[in-house]
Amino acid sequence: MKRLIKRLASYILVLFGLSILVFIIGRVLPGDPARQALGPRAPEATVEALKKEMNLDKPIVVQYGLWLKDAVQGDLGNSLLSRRPVTQDIIQYLPATIEIVILAGILMAVGGILLGILATKYSHTWFDGFVRVLSYLGIVAPAFVWAIIFILVFGYSLPILPTTGRLSLGIAPPPTITRMFTADYLLSGNFAGFKDAFMHLILPAISLMLGGMAQAARMTRTTMMDNSDKDYVLANKAYGVSENRTLFKYLLKPSMIPTVSVLAVDIAALFGNAFLVEQLFNYPGLSRYGMQAMLNKDLFAISGVVITLGIIVMVVNIIVDLIVTYLDPRVRLMGGSE
Amino acid sequence: MSTNHASTPGITKRDRLEGLKRAWYKFSLNKMSIVGLVIVSLILILGVFQPLIAPYPEHAGAYVNFSAANQPPSSQYILGTDTVGRDILSRIFYAFRGALLMGLGVEAFIIPLGTIVGLIAGYWKEKWFSTALMRVTDIFLAVPPLVLALVVSALMRPTLFNSMMAVSIAWWPMYARMIYGMTSSMRNELFVKSAELLGASKFHILFREILPNCLGQIFTKMTLDMGWVILMGASLSFVGLGEQPPTPALGTMVSDGAKYLPDQWWIAIFPSIAIMVIILGFNFLGDGVKDMLTSEE
Repeated sequence: MKRLIKRLASYILVLFGLSILVFIIGRVLPGDPARQALGPRAPEATVEALKKEMNLDKPIVVQYGLWLKDAVQGDLGNSLLSRRPVTQDIIQYLPATIEIVILAGILMAVGGILLGILATKYSHTWFDGFVRVLSYLGIVAPAFVWAIIFILVFGYSLPILPTTGRLSLGIAPPPTITRMFTADYLLSGNFAGFKDAFMHLILPAISLMLGGMAQAARMTRTTMMDNSDKDYVLANKAYGVSENRTLFKYLLKPSMIPTVSVLAVDIAALFGNAFLVEQLFNYPGLSRYGMQAMLNKDLFAISGVVITLGIIVMVVNIIVDLIVTYLDPRVRLMGGSE
Repeated sequence: MSTNHASTPGITKRDRLEGLKRAWYKFSLNKMSIVGLVIVSLILILGVFQPLIAPYPEHAGAYVNFSAANQPPSSQYILGTDTVGRDILSRIFYAFRGALLMGLGVEAFIIPLGTIVGLIAGYWKEKWFSTALMRVTDIFLAVPPLVLALVVSALMRPTLFNSMMAVSIAWWPMYARMIYGMTSSMRNELFVKSAELLGASKFHILFREILPNCLGQIFTKMTLDMGWVILMGASLSFVGLGEQPPTPALGTMVSDGAKYLPDQWWIAIFPSIAIMVIILGFNFLGDGVKDMLTSEE
């Protein structure tokens, strides 16, 4: 517990650092955000007024102080593009991305670990070879290439899954509760809507997670194969414990530790790749919003999105920390390994 | 733990040849490493000698020939032509240049930086500046690297050099972390302690004692990372933040082609395959380098 609090404190410190970093990148690099926002033909006076409004006329330290003062109260400034508070934009777009990433994360973890276990169980058979080829494909093809392949296959040749947006035409959005469409439909008891929203998640989620799944599968197989030479496995065999029981009850848990750590990095990477994939599927999530913000040099929106992602990555890391602590008695009993 | 024999006296040319032979043997044990070496060499040759090898070298620039636009793969245009009639094969060859430059440029920048930060922070582990340096790497790693690279390159003018900088900013902490880990576990080893006792300078200890022992891992990571760095560069150009048209970049070619799916599928698919081949090649090669440099039984 004490360890967790310590970790939390250092994460918060890192978040502050991240905000400073983003701020510096945004202010030091050349380019005039106010001019960018208003376009080249706007009169000088308007640009100056906007600069004043954005505090761009003040020294950078003062700018950061003003921004931070508002940020800790949840005000991340106004977006130049949507002309709304960035916080409001993030609240609107983030749940859509979370939905995809949760589905992708579950598929990635379950699929990767399952494939890894099966490849161990049937090691050196055709299935093992199949998993190996699959994982090479998953590692080699980037998420945006998968997205293009899926759009090609499902959008045109095999139109069973939707390839754009969050909902089909003519389907009314659910009442606003969590802003995650699938959850909101379920909560309001609209199963047809749930099905439609869910169908729209499948392709983006799968294109995002294939790379991570492949890595998790390889990792799981490698560790399980390494561990299967250990004495306790041999002892199990000698006692006549069934192969499946050994595999799932004794071998799986200690072999999960490296996989879980890899998955943490991969889940964070899902958010990164979402920047490209949401664009392709025309999916209105936070990443597409962030991409638009970047292409338009919308400073406050950019820092808002980056900080939000920083917080999400932090939460993922904390959860993974807890899982590793549960899995690894050495960490649990000795109060932490650094 | 192998030490740096290159400068040790008493080692003849023959010994070195023997060493090279053994390294090649270890490398070639895995057939995939050789496949990787072949792929990477091919990419290098095709990129460098594009003007001599490509069927239509001039198509790599602002060339327009609407009468030949949108042609599917044929014997004349092996991978088809794009929307303004340029040969996709010739453009892919040219794009290999940018991709390789991307990989080499980024690594030439981040490996010295990451190594120096890692050595300093690892050797003086209990000092305040070590903690500070490592916290700085934490900050850079607090968001997915692709996001950081996107932010940085979005705020600069889109050129190949600037996207190299953007990828470097996102990537250097990983090297710093790796070298930090190795240095901090190595600094209590006997050979470091004895060098300290003999009064060797800090510079000597860091760069002549510790660094040579990190080189194997650095080379391995370097080879493996080439593919990933190139992919990140392609991702930047995919959203329009890399090298600008008319110079061909793989990411740009994919994203332009994606607009013409499925009818002109070849415009997006072949550059995508090119990206995959690059990653595959460096992955296989990296595994071979790993076998060659780190398996000391």
